Amino acid sequence: MNTTAAQLLAPTSGRRRTTDRVMRAVLALGTVVALIPLVLVIYYLFSRGLKGMSSTFFTSDPTGNFLGDPGGVKSAILGTLEIVALASAIAIPVGIGVALYLVEFGKKTLFAHVVRYFIDVMTGVPSIVFGLFIYVTLVTSKIGGSFTGWKGSLALALLMLPVVTRSAEVVLDLVPESLREAALALGVPRWKVTLKIVLPTALPGLITGSLLAVARGMGETAPLLFTSATVMGTTYNLGERMNSLPVQIFNDISQPNDAIVNRAWASALTLVLIILTITLIARVAARRSRVA
Amino acid sequence: MESGAARIKPADRPIFERSAAARRADPLFRAGLTVLAGLVLVLLAFFFVFLIVKARPALAHQGVFSFVFSNDWNPSKDVFGAWPLLAGTLITSATALVIGVPVAVATALYITELSPARLRQPLTILVELLAAVPSVVYGLWGVFVLIPKLRGTESNVADSLSFLPFVGGNVAGPNYFIAGLLLAIMILPIVSAISREVISTVPAEHKEAALALGATRWEMIRIAVLPYSRSGITGAALLGLGRAVGETIAVVLVIGNSTVVGKQIFDQGYSLAAVIANEFGEAANDPLHAGALIAAGLVLFILTLGINGLARGLVVRAERRQGTRLPPPTETAAALVTPEERPA
Repeated sequence: MNTTAAQLLAPTSGRRRTTDRVMRAVLALGTVVALIPLVLVIYYLFSRGLKGMSSTFFTSDPTGNFLGDPGGVKSAILGTLEIVALASAIAIPVGIGVALYLVEFGKKTLFAHVVRYFIDVMTGVPSIVFGLFIYVTLVTSKIGGSFTGWKGSLALALLMLPVVTRSAEVVLDLVPESLREAALALGVPRWKVTLKIVLPTALPGLITGSLLAVARGMGETAPLLFTSATVMGTTYNLGERMNSLPVQIFNDISQPNDAIVNRAWASALTLVLIILTITLIARVAARRSRVA
Repeated sequence: MESGAARIKPADRPIFERSAAARRADPLFRAGLTVLAGLVLVLLAFFFVFLIVKARPALAHQGVFSFVFSNDWNPSKDVFGAWPLLAGTLITSATALVIGVPVAVATALYITELSPARLRQPLTILVELLAAVPSVVYGLWGVFVLIPKLRGTESNVADSLSFLPFVGGNVAGPNYFIAGLLLAIMILPIVSAISREVISTVPAEHKEAALALGATRWEMIRIAVLPYSRSGITGAALLGLGRAVGETIAVVLVIGNSTVVGKQIFDQGYSLAAVIANEFGEAANDPLHAGALIAAGLVLFILTLGINGLARGLVVRAERRQGTRLPPPTETAAALVTPEERPA
């Protein structure tokens, strides 16, 4: 469209036009290159993962046999769900609480700035360092047993907290000031305004942010390696060692047995599908929030 | 738009005065949330101090300088020179940046400036899907697909490009390059997402002015978009570097875990994060060894703090020109709000 106007004035030289075409192609190529690994990972996940899904994959625990039937990953799936559920129960309320403080009360005070800064710092801390934190404080001191599921949850909660807070802050900021003012003008106390007006208005966005944090926590291996550790059997007691999908996959990779490696691929497929489902729900919730 | 209503206190309105109990609720609510926010700071400080205390025996045994820079990691002899680990972390992260950042920036530029409007959303989602794959899955894929499939190509490159520094010689199965490549894939979504955010803050007037002067699309990108977003893109690259430095599980699976510093890019190596994941089991009953691993975690922590602090500064500065706040550093940003929705 700009070419016609440009030609009227001074024709774009052939060299410039060629450069333009080449650079556009390079940028498009870059985008294609970026998507190659995605396609490859998904292809291998399905082609190898489906092979590893035996009839007892979801219904039996790992047997620990190096030869013969390696068993399924029931304990790992349930363990992941339990650990992440507890982590979410900690990280989401606390994370949203901190965001509420920042948006409703802290605003531009120095303390709020400091809190914001350290929340940012937390998002950059490597996940293994969170595992290490919990390891040195809770595991080595043997508080409530050595390796336990709830310690894994705590490590994951530390990881998820800044994600929840940062996303919650963004959506809480979007709640129109006029809504708060209207409620306050009617004599509603501040805490009721926050809980009954601000939170419900921002709810879809809060759900999106929280779910994305859950998805993030679900795939983490490093914080669980030395907090909840690993175990064969299914347990519903967060006070014991607990198996989890990422750790199960991590352990299976280094086994010199095709059946176990196949189980790793099948577990990876399961994990990715769970995470994608959560991400998808989060996106649907995000679409709702645009309407609000 | 400061809330003027906040100034209305029950005391100003004696007719509707609240009961004493009702009046106490608000300060209590506020105090509760403040304590929660403060708790985060206390927790971080506590952890930091605890790490230092636990790392102390090993650091005192080895000496801080020697811990970081001496080239000998031998836990069985109580020698902890973490240089091979630090070197591995730096080599793999640098490789990741060299491969990942150009691709990520190209993707961001293509999506924001060139792609047809109806491809924009799907492309954004696809690139972000890369971030939804857990690192252990990348590791699995690296071990059973990348390493065997790339071995031939790596050998060819090592032979034909052996005149380059750090290239040539034997190709090990797991090596620095494979780890760097995996890291490049893993940092791609975040670098691309933040670059996209930054590029979208380039004022339309700048771009239109360039086009009106007869610039081609690429020239418009080169003279209007890139100079304006350079510091933001640098920040995005640094955030990616922070991710790459701290990544553990994918790296530990494909780097080879050798405590000797490799002479070239296709040699085996080790990284700070990988050594922690690998050796903590055997270190559990040896305070000195455990201390050394915690010290490695501390180095990692400080390294990522520095990198992220710098990155954040750059991105915030780039965004502030537009009057917007920094989006959440994760991929959540794009899912939550489009830039024009963000309040000024």
